[in-house]
Amino acid sequence: MSTAIAIAAAVQAGQSARIEVDHALERAQRDTTNAVIRIHAERARAAASRVDQRIAAGERLPLAGVPIAVKDNLCVEGLETTACSKILAGFIPPYTATAVARLEQAGAVVVATTNMDEFAFGSSNETSAYGPVRNPRDPTRIPGGSSGGSAAAVAAGIVPLALGSDTGGSIRQPASLCGVVGMKPTYGCVSRYGLIAFGSSLDQIGPLATTVADAGLCLEVMAGHDGFDSTSAQRPTAGLAAAGLNRTIPSGLRVGYVPAHATGLASGVAARLEAAKRQLAQAGATLVPIEMPHETYAVAVYYVIATGEAASNLSRFDGIRYGHRTAQPATLQALYGQSRAEGFGWEAKRRIMLGTYALSAGYYDAYYAQAQRVRTMVVQAFERAYASVDVLLGATAPTTAFALGDKVDDPMAMYMNDVCTIPSNLSGHPAVSVPFGVGADGLPVGVQVLAPALQEALLFRVAQVVEDGAL
Amino acid sequence: MAITEQDIRHLCKLSSLSLGDAEINRMSKELEAIVGYVQQLQEVDTTGVEPIANVAGLENVTRPDVPAGMLTQRQALANAPQRNEVAILVPKVVER
Repeated sequence: MSTAIAIAAAVQAGQSARIEVDHALERAQRDTTNAVIRIHAERARAAASRVDQRIAAGERLPLAGVPIAVKDNLCVEGLETTACSKILAGFIPPYTATAVARLEQAGAVVVATTNMDEFAFGSSNETSAYGPVRNPRDPTRIPGGSSGGSAAAVAAGIVPLALGSDTGGSIRQPASLCGVVGMKPTYGCVSRYGLIAFGSSLDQIGPLATTVADAGLCLEVMAGHDGFDSTSAQRPTAGLAAAGLNRTIPSGLRVGYVPAHATGLASGVAARLEAAKRQLAQAGATLVPIEMPHETYAVAVYYVIATGEAASNLSRFDGIRYGHRTAQPATLQALYGQSRAEGFGWEAKRRIMLGTYALSAGYYDAYYAQAQRVRTMVVQAFERAYASVDVLLGATAPTTAFALGDKVDDPMAMYMNDVCTIPSNLSGHPAVSVPFGVGADGLPVGVQVLAPALQEALLFRVAQVVEDGAL
Repeated sequence: MAITEQDIRHLCKLSSLSLGDAEINRMSKELEAIVGYVQQLQEVDTTGVEPIANVAGLENVTRPDVPAGMLTQRQALANAPQRNEVAILVPKVVER
């Protein structure tokens, strides 16, 4: 499979978009990982023909004819969108998410919808109403989550580019476990209009790709202010794609790392992180050990804030305006309670309970407000770190992909998968996971580059130097 | 911190989520473990630290108060599980 950049160049030069799209549709049909839950053949072929017409009419489209897959929590007008929850079975959005609309406007063609943990609640893609996804590198293993379907679809070579969403690591962790690039932009960089909300102070949409350059191009197309999302940033976004093509690091670059992190990593992961540090040092960077106090509390902060926000966001699913409604409820209250009980899976119920608990009278200050205060301290620690370094380097996940079913009955063990990725959701900073070889078990390992807010161009530039040393 | 089945029943009411007895029992155990974990936040001295709600530093983002594109009635009703031509149908809530 070619990169998105190569496909777009070929289509711009006159090759029919229908060829790439037809190939991607065939690959999606043959998917054995359960990454793809819906294929949109007719719509995709019509869209590809429109791309051909636009190219023939002289338009320049940065993603001309690039087949993409979209996570099932991003609304596309006319295409069933369910967040892989029974409660949204049959939901047909009347509008398209801004991120998807911008990619389509740039010539990308949506060929498939990808599997995910229900409402993005999970780190293994095992909470999906559509069943688990298998890791393309080893079908007995999980692909990571919650954007497990998007990561697996790219890793399996079905599409060169897929969209995910990242609330606590849901793009980067599956990217790491499947051996692809996964990027979470700065909070506010990409409009979330049309994204089914999970944790509104944490959520970001981002790309999964086979190369850093493809991820940069995708982000450049998606990024920028959108009147439909008041949290989207007012700032210029040009230059991200170009940053993906400059394979050097700025002179004098200081790369921070946290020595204390090494203790929590599987040995194979720690070894790859050391190799990535050597790679950046050879490229001319100065490695600087730093401390990140209060980061050990990040997972606890996250599970209070994210579940509180999730409980609030999921209150809209009431069986009235859309979604599942129970049959013959005795009262209105029973309609709400039973529709929700029948529609939500267990992990969603657990998060609603925890979030409601943390927000309830008598506990609000001890849990939710306290978590927000500790979150402030985590943000301040990042700000102090970025006073002495330009970017940070670390592992993306503490281990390689684990076996299907391994952690499904142990919520705390599952939640700890996100220990490396959560801090940048709490701070809102951008981060990217870059594949960097394999662990002792032969499974993919990703390393993560983190940068200050709105420094995506620097992030991609450093990530590409890491990428060049991955072999 | 103990999370009792009575606590779970209260949370069910607050969140409009009907759980069966077996689910309530399981939920109380699982929630107790997770709340036990997040309890560590209590050890952090946060005196004088302001809670953060928005990392982008945004406040009261407004837009011009003019009508713009909106859903048609047909679109707005299309996903309702029970509806007629003009309205969403719900159980009777007021007895006459």
